[in-house]
Amino acid sequence: MLCNVCKQNEAKVHLTQIIGDKMQKVDLCEECSKEKGVGDPASYSLAELLLGQSLPTDEAAPEAAAAPETETKCPACGYTQADFKKAGRFGCSECYITFADGLGTMLKTMHKGLRHTGKVPTALQQAREAVQKLKTLQKRLEKAVAEENFEEAAQLRDEIKRLKDKAPA
Amino acid sequence: MNIHEFLVPPAVFCQRTGPQDRIVMSSRVRLARNLRKLPFPAWAKKPDRLRLLEAIQPAVESLPQMDPHFSAAMDDLTAFDKQILVERHLISREHAAKGAGSGFVLNREETLCVMINEEDHLRIQSLRPGLQLKACWQAIDELDSTLETKLDYAFSPELGYLTACPTNLGTGIRVSAMLHLPGLVLAEEITRIINAANKLNFAVRGLYGEGTEALGNVFQVSNQMTLGESEPQIIERISKALNQIIEEEENARSILLEKKPKVVFNHIGRAYGVLANAHTISSKETMNLLSLLRLGIDLGMFAQLDRSHWDEIFLLTQPAHLQKQFTEKLGADERDILRADMLRERLRTVPRPQPPK
Ligand SMILES: [Zn+2]
Ligand SMILES: [Zn+2]
Repeated sequence: MLCNVCKQNEAKVHLTQIIGDKMQKVDLCEECSKEKGVGDPASYSLAELLLGQSLPTDEAAPEAAAAPETETKCPACGYTQADFKKAGRFGCSECYITFADGLGTMLKTMHKGLRHTGKVPTALQQAREAVQKLKTLQKRLEKAVAEENFEEAAQLRDEIKRLKDKAPA
Repeated sequence: MNIHEFLVPPAVFCQRTGPQDRIVMSSRVRLARNLRKLPFPAWAKKPDRLRLLEAIQPAVESLPQMDPHFSAAMDDLTAFDKQILVERHLISREHAAKGAGSGFVLNREETLCVMINEEDHLRIQSLRPGLQLKACWQAIDELDSTLETKLDYAFSPELGYLTACPTNLGTGIRVSAMLHLPGLVLAEEITRIINAANKLNFAVRGLYGEGTEALGNVFQVSNQMTLGESEPQIIERISKALNQIIEEEENARSILLEKKPKVVFNHIGRAYGVLANAHTISSKETMNLLSLLRLGIDLGMFAQLDRSHWDEIFLLTQPAHLQKQFTEKLGADERDILRADMLRERLRTVPRPQPPK
């Protein structure tokens, strides 16, 4: 596999980033990854940045290749890329998913970082914490089962069930 | 109750004081919020905007923090009402231009107000006199946390609060302070300060926000970056910058007084002379001269004039507040005459400035 940037060297660094609901993969050679600072976790989003729109996205790629002429339209509000170029503003919140390609490049010129680190709505925060707790319990359960500690395993199963029942799917 | 009955009279409004209010006139924190999957105001058709307003306005009105409140649709307010709100810094000039499908809710203390369907579905603002950014944030954070249980906010774990303009993305926060900087202007240091602030990614604007000039040596400093930093980090960073600017302003004043006292006294004396004796004066000239009068107050040159008195004069000489004191509709020329009459009357009993001892 060749490096996405220089397209010459063998790719050694493989990154996956999820933007909105799309997954992007970047493959870089050692030199390019160093040069772009991808090794640094703080600049993780660089992968998306430096390649921007040229990156193939896993699900959109096939259609895009089949019909390169059709302009992307936001399914929620009907906004197009041309509308954005004119107004510099989006049509609705879903546009951030629709026009995710190349968004990072633009945001990089505007902001300190590319990831939100501020306030999170409480309901969402609680849901997130519940997921985290569930993961921890599941790990403990696996361990208990592996160690044939059945009493603890039974307890953990109950706890997991209670947590799952409480949280909406 | 109409908006004029709801708003406290200028004389009462101007009694408010806050930390550092010698230089910091007011603090503000604004949050941009939107509802999930619904078109942003500029892209929404009128029926959509009306529906959005119908959904958002009652939610805001029901907040305990907004009880009691004044609430209106923008098309129910006259151009005059809106101008009064702009002069009180309760709504933006952009919002004043809105009509059907936009709205406005204000609390009794005039410390919290919500613009509905401005550029975003919600622009929530928290206001305080003097330098009180943390208090502004605490109040607005609490209001926002209550509101999020009633409205389906557009939020992405990665990008934060989703806004119409990507420049507001993430926290959606705009933290700003209104500074009176006559010392830095007189010392011709203001450009250096503005450049330094810009380098730190802070915007410096005039009295009424975006694209307005710095009338009366009043400057609004605000953060520009909203993504990649938390709200407290942003407040911490801008507070540091503001404290530096305050220090620079105080320094500029001391140096001017030490090196060019006659220049300073001359400016202040002439400003007093014109304001106390003019028979016609524009709003712009008034603001610029009042700035020098305020500097005189700060320097202890006016025995019988204090800052709250000054705040009141500053507000009452703005076009809509001036108009409000008269029943008949005034043209610009008439306003200039009546403004001068009012200033002469207000300054009649104020003895002329004396150099500080
Ligand atoms: Zn390479
Ligand atoms: Zn959209």
